[in-house]
Amino acid sequence: MGKSEADRAMAGLNLIEWALDAVLALLVLGLALAALSTPALFRAVVLFIAFGLMLALVWARLHAVDIALAEMAIGAGVTGALLLATLLRLEPPIGRGGEPGDAGDD
Amino acid sequence: MPATTEMGSGRDRRGASRRESGGQARGPASARPRRELPLAARVLLGLLLLALFCALALAVLSLPSPAPGLSAAVAARLDESGVSHPVTAVLLNFRAYDTLLELTVLLLALIGTWSVGTAHGCAGSPPGPLLRQLPRLLVPLMVLVAGYLLWAGAHAPGGAFQAGSLLGGIGILLCLSGRPLPRWAQGWPVRLLALAGVTVFAALGAGAGALPGGALLAWPPGWAKALILAVELAAMLSIGAILAALFAGGRP
Amino acid sequence: MMDLLWTQAVFWALVGIALLVIGLYALIVHAHLLRKVLALNIMSSGVFVLFIALARRAPREAAGGADAPAQVVPAPPDPVPQAMVLTGIVVAVAATGLLLALIVRLRSVAGRTTLDNRADD
Repeated sequence: MGKSEADRAMAGLNLIEWALDAVLALLVLGLALAALSTPALFRAVVLFIAFGLMLALVWARLHAVDIALAEMAIGAGVTGALLLATLLRLEPPIGRGGEPGDAGDD
Repeated sequence: MPATTEMGSGRDRRGASRRESGGQARGPASARPRRELPLAARVLLGLLLLALFCALALAVLSLPSPAPGLSAAVAARLDESGVSHPVTAVLLNFRAYDTLLELTVLLLALIGTWSVGTAHGCAGSPPGPLLRQLPRLLVPLMVLVAGYLLWAGAHAPGGAFQAGSLLGGIGILLCLSGRPLPRWAQGWPVRLLALAGVTVFAALGAGAGALPGGALLAWPPGWAKALILAVELAAMLSIGAILAALFAGGRP
Repeated sequence: MMDLLWTQAVFWALVGIALLVIGLYALIVHAHLLRKVLALNIMSSGVFVLFIALARRAPREAAGGADAPAQVVPAPPDPVPQAMVLTGIVVAVAATGLLLALIVRLRSVAGRTTLDNRADD
C-alpha cells in the first residue's frame, strides 16, 4: 500500500472516530446539563444514571477499559441505586407522580 | 427480618414523623417561594466559572507534548510485579498504599452510615413477580462473572473493584427482590466481611515488611502473584459487602 | 498520528473541564442537598475525564525495521492515572453513600433537605 493510500485510509478512519467522539461528548455534556437543570428530582436521577452509562462509553473510547467496567458497575449501577433509594426514603417520598408537589421539588 | 414488616413499620414511622414535624407546608411547588440566587449573582458566578474554564483550558493546552508519562517506568518493572496487566500492577503492587487507604475510606463510609441511623426497608413497594424471580437467573451468573473478573484482573482489564462492585450489585438485587439479609447474617458476618479487605491487606503488607530485607507492602517477587490474588479476593468480598450495606443505609 | 492522539486528548480534557465547571455551578446554585450530591458526582466525573484524557497522550515511536519506516505506535495509555481514577470512583461512591445517609437523617430529624434553616422549607 502506497503512503498516500495509507494516509487516505487513515483520514477516513479518523473522520468516523472524530464523529464518534463528537457525538459522545455532546451526549455526555447534554445529559449532565439536563440532569442538573431539570426541576423534577426523579428525572434528574434517571438522567444521571444515563450520564454514567455514556461516561462508561467515554472511558472505553479513551482506552481505559478497567475504568469503563468500574464506572458501569459503580458509577451508574450502585450510585444510581443509592440515589433512587434515597428518593424513596426522604419523607414524603419523592416519586415520579404528576402533581406539581409530587414531582420532587423538595 | 422479612421485608414487609420492615416496610410497614417504616411507613408508620414516616407517617408519625410527618404529623410530628409540625406545620411544614407541603403545598404544590408553585406556592413555595423559589429560594434561588438572584439573577445578577448567577450571571457573575457564570462569568467567574467561564474564567475558570479558560484558565484550566490554557493550563491543559500548555502541557508538554509528547508527554513523558509513567507508562515506560511501569512497563520496565512489570515482570517483577507478579501480574501482567499494568493497571492491576499499579493498583496492587506499585501503589498498594493508595489501595489500602481506599479500602479504609470505604470502611469509614460504612461506619459513618451505620452511625447515622438504622437500616431502612430495601424496596419501596413489594416486588412484582418478575423481580422476585430475576435473582434466580441473574445471581449465579453474576457470581460467575465476578469470579472471572477477579481472576482475569491479572492479565486483562478486571480486578477486585469491578468484581466487588458486581457482588455489591448482587446484594442490592437480592434486597430489592424481597430477600433481605437473614437475621443470622446481620451481626458478625457482615462486619467480618466488611473488615476482611483492610485486615488482610494490612496484615499481608505488614508481613512483607517484617521479612528480612523487605519493606511495608513490598511483595517479594516470587510470591507477588499469590499475595496479590489473596489481597484481591479479600478486597472483592469487602467491597461487595460494603456497597450492599451502604445501600441498606444504616445499621442492620 | 501523534498529533491526532494529542488533539483527541485535549478534546476530552476540555470536555472534562466543562463537566467540572457545570458541576461546580450547579453545586453553588442549587439549594436542595440531593441536587448538590448530583453536582458533586458530575464534578468528580469531570475531573476523572480530565485525568484520563491527559493520560492518553503517551505515543511512542517504535523503531522500524530495515525496510519499514519508523512508525509512531500509540502506546498503551499511562496506567498510573487510570489506577488513581479507579480509586477515585470507589471513593466517590463511598462518599455519596455516606452523604445520602446523612441527607435522609437530616430530613427525618429536621424536616428539611437544604442546608439553611429558613422557615419556608
